[in-house]
Amino acid sequence: MQVNEFKPKIVAFCCNWCSYAGADLAGSNRLSYPADVKIIRVPCSCRVNPMFILRAFQRGADGVILCGCHPGDCHYTSGNYFARRRMALLFSMLDYLGIEKERTRVEWVSAAEGAKFSTVMNDFVQTVTALGENKRLEDLRCKR
Amino acid sequence: MQRIGVFVCWCGSNIAATVDVQKVAETLAKEPGVVHSMNYQYMCSQAGQELIKEAIKKHKLTGIVVCSCSPRMHEATFRKTAAAAGLNPYMVEIANIREQCSWIHKDITEATEKAIVLGRTAIAKVALNAPLVPGESPVTKRALVIGGGIAGIQTALDIADAGFEVDIVEKKPTIGGKMAQIDKTFPTLDCAACILTPKMVDVAQNEKIRIFSYSEVEEVKGFVGNFNVKIKKKARYVKEDVCTGCGLCTEKCPQKKVPNDFNLGMDTKRAIYIPFAQAVPKVATIDADYCTMLKTGKCGVCSKVCTAKAIDYTQKDEFVEEKYGAIVVATGFNPISMDKFDEYAYSQSKDVITSLEFERLMNAAGPTAGKLLRPSDGKHPHTLVFVQCVGSRCDSCAEKGKEYCSKICCMYTAKHAMLTRDKYPDTDVYVFYIDVRTPGKNFDEFYRRAVEDYGVHYIKGMVGKVSPEGDKLVVQGSDLIANKQIKIDADLVVLAAAIEPDKSARPLATMLTASMDTNDFFTEAHPKLRPVESPTAGVFLSGCCQGPRDIPETVAMAGAAAAKVIGLLAKDKLTGNPCVAHSDEMMCNGCSSCERVCPYGAITYSDKEFRGPNRTTLIRRVASVNQAICQGCGACTVACPSGAMDLKGFANKQIMAEVDAICK
Amino acid sequence: MQKITRDVLIEKAVSLLSDGTVSRVLGYKKGDLSYDITPALFTSKEQLEKEFVFNDFCAANFAKYLVKETKNQTEGKVLVFLKPCDTYSFNQLLTEHRFDREKVYAVGISCDGMIDINKIKAIVGDGIISVETDEKIKVNTLYDGVKELDKNDVLLERCANCKSKKHVAYDELLGEDGEVLDSNRFDQVAELEKMSADERFAFWQNELSRCIRCNACRDACPACTCEKCVFDNPNSGVENKSPANSFEEQMFHIIRAFHVAGRCTDCGECSRVCPQHIPLHLLNRKFIKDINEFYGDYQAGAIVGSRAPLVNYTKEDIEPIDAVNKGDK
Repeated sequence: MQVNEFKPKIVAFCCNWCSYAGADLAGSNRLSYPADVKIIRVPCSCRVNPMFILRAFQRGADGVILCGCHPGDCHYTSGNYFARRRMALLFSMLDYLGIEKERTRVEWVSAAEGAKFSTVMNDFVQTVTALGENKRLEDLRCKR
Repeated sequence: MQRIGVFVCWCGSNIAATVDVQKVAETLAKEPGVVHSMNYQYMCSQAGQELIKEAIKKHKLTGIVVCSCSPRMHEATFRKTAAAAGLNPYMVEIANIREQCSWIHKDITEATEKAIVLGRTAIAKVALNAPLVPGESPVTKRALVIGGGIAGIQTALDIADAGFEVDIVEKKPTIGGKMAQIDKTFPTLDCAACILTPKMVDVAQNEKIRIFSYSEVEEVKGFVGNFNVKIKKKARYVKEDVCTGCGLCTEKCPQKKVPNDFNLGMDTKRAIYIPFAQAVPKVATIDADYCTMLKTGKCGVCSKVCTAKAIDYTQKDEFVEEKYGAIVVATGFNPISMDKFDEYAYSQSKDVITSLEFERLMNAAGPTAGKLLRPSDGKHPHTLVFVQCVGSRCDSCAEKGKEYCSKICCMYTAKHAMLTRDKYPDTDVYVFYIDVRTPGKNFDEFYRRAVEDYGVHYIKGMVGKVSPEGDKLVVQGSDLIANKQIKIDADLVVLAAAIEPDKSARPLATMLTASMDTNDFFTEAHPKLRPVESPTAGVFLSGCCQGPRDIPETVAMAGAAAAKVIGLLAKDKLTGNPCVAHSDEMMCNGCSSCERVCPYGAITYSDKEFRGPNRTTLIRRVASVNQAICQGCGACTVACPSGAMDLKGFANKQIMAEVDAICK
Repeated sequence: MQKITRDVLIEKAVSLLSDGTVSRVLGYKKGDLSYDITPALFTSKEQLEKEFVFNDFCAANFAKYLVKETKNQTEGKVLVFLKPCDTYSFNQLLTEHRFDREKVYAVGISCDGMIDINKIKAIVGDGIISVETDEKIKVNTLYDGVKELDKNDVLLERCANCKSKKHVAYDELLGEDGEVLDSNRFDQVAELEKMSADERFAFWQNELSRCIRCNACRDACPACTCEKCVFDNPNSGVENKSPANSFEEQMFHIIRAFHVAGRCTDCGECSRVCPQHIPLHLLNRKFIKDINEFYGDYQAGAIVGSRAPLVNYTKEDIEPIDAVNKGDK
């Protein structure tokens, strides 16, 4: 049974100052979350272009999560506010196109919230696993 | 093609226990571009670093990937290692296989697989890295201090002491600030003027310090090391360099009914005035709102009596532009308005006063020449009630008060109570408090002296109402310890009003693009590790503009801010973070989207000529990024519709390559 | 009300050319078929009288042409005729500093809607020889002679749901200015929102799978004026020329719509020019509708210099999770 178990591909974009540090803290405290989550470090959540998220889905990601500093705590003062607007509109559009909205998520995780990081990732992996493979946004040519 | 070296760290057993480091190194060796791959127990150790250096030289590596702990831990270390071996330090990428892999996974197969993916991702990124060289910008070796209170004075003196020029901009006609209005200081009870005024004189006499009194900052442009500041010198109608400060005009001026703001309106001054005897600069100023000559053109008494011929009724506001390398904000505080606190009858009775007004009443140079007399009838008060936390720690009354603790009130109230009992042993002094907060050297001893030696009655509880009845003020409050309601017939009620940042701070923060909290206090770059720096590079914080604090703390903070300024001005050139945005002019539309999301004002536009088809010339508006200002957040890269804006070190292509590597 | 006709426009253009106000005129000329109209540049009275055309097929939005037309060093101003919807694009481009206002003379022209040849074809079938657009639409067909149609039945979708008859920018106005209208332009978006995710996916797959990546939507769009489009830029990571499968159709259209989100004035050119009749405006309108709901009503191009919603924020903005769940009851 274990062999056929679906393991989702999860891309997590984390801002350098809060969420990436939060992920490090989760590690330091040995708060585990599934190995399916792979983190890409960006300076700020506002660095994440919607094109990166679409690219991840195109290449076969099953879920994409963006983590940044809590609103009001951005290292660059306003970056996450812009990210919040962009993602609200992008996610709403993906939903409008009939793509499962559970595959995308934004979470605010501070450098002190190692436990939250772990909880969020466990929950997200569980949600995406339940959805199964991403078929609606995947570019089938990328499958080998 | 890059020649990439991969270095897998065991971190003792931290990584090696859950990740098959041998397998990771072997697998990654097969990745395109990788010419060398190895593993070692402690990559960050001296020996580990030597291995990296040797490999860089031996294999002529153009980029390296270290699979180890978080880049937040050792990225800087490995960059230095690379640089020591002659490799550009920005050709280093870290795959975080400890915090984000070995420490959170238990299954060795799973963790090893993930470590390989993370390593592959870092290889994909480093393959697209380009050597980066930090930009440099010159430093103007002069500082601006905004605000001439004790915070600004101390900062300026310390900076000047290190040999740098400092300008102080003070909106009032004299420096000195709130401390000049205070009578005695806690916990030593030495007179404020005695310790402040010598410093004011030091400022005046210091060759490195210029004072722009009665002036305000009008505009700030530029960036760290290179600020251009426009200062408005308000017209004082007296030639500053001619006036000798003799004060004759202030005695002869016929307009006597001008409220004296130095004494908080408790007495009057003339329309031409010197705020107080030790003012610096000691120059008269005409209050244009009251001067008969300026209003009607008829008078001119001051001009007639001035032997120095310093009066100039035609003076206009003057603007000066200066360059600075650093700016220190020292805009200070004010007590909040008591208008909304009707329960304390502040607006109904002259005998309900604020603590700052009490300072003036006790001061020898104050409206009563230091005698404690009631403002209403000039009688000596026998029963005094001090009310603490008026508008402080006010969660329920946020519309009129502040949620935070104003910090200084407990101590100055103890001081007031003690001074009253000391000078006038015939008085009864009551203090209503929520808690008494005395965290400071010799602070608790001071408060206990007030209670134990001076017999001040401290009552835990708040005052519900103050009602003027006849010539008494009936104070109704609760005593929480005795659990009863009490009523005191007081002669004088003193309110410890909360303090708030000066109103000039908000527009100043906008000019400086410095951030503020919801209470209009300036935010520090880091609450613990960078408390005197603003997040905006080159802007420093001194005193109460950052949060409530007392004099010793303010002076300490002023010195700290000065040290930071000196550290900055001591540099001839500033080296920036090379991971900054840059615009491809060939693709830029000049649409201003990037400029609108830039929190630092780092983007400017210019019209440039481009070659069009058929040897024509086209003129296009294009963006350029000032590398010294850009902090590298990347907001502009996403706002840019054409993709002309990209971020060095975190380029679109690099992040896409990482995405691809993970999803492979 | 002054009726805007070919003669009125030629008269205006000739007078502005002859008094030196402008040196050239952006106008329309005949294409291969009578309902096939091409934007063209005119520089003389003779040329205007010979080739200038104006009828109910002259729907093209001229705002975009100003970007190129004001960038070269040609002497004098260019005359542009702007319908109310074009003026919004005009302002939006000005906001983005995309053309030189000093080099343009804008004449606002009132408009009672442009017509859609596809709707006519749907009614009369093939074999259209010519279409006359006066009071009534007269279609001369090969097989059935002349057919008369009611203009309201064949209006372009964007004109049937016209958002505004008001000109928000002009130097001179021909005809009368109108008002901003209460249109039903978001009704279809709302209908789609009510469907299940599966139904929506099926709907869009059906629509977008027809895409042939001709780039007409992009090339006609007055918000897509980038010096180099991301789809043509090898460094952008999304460069591609043709759709290979359903994903790329989606990807292209999502990115295209996102790139103009907050800047799209809803002029409808994308849907009008699409040879595959994909209702692309429904993507743009979804963004506009969301923006209005999440961040307050915003009409791109209504005011020059206004801050587009995606380069703006408030501290209390909606969270993405609440944005996608908003439709759920």
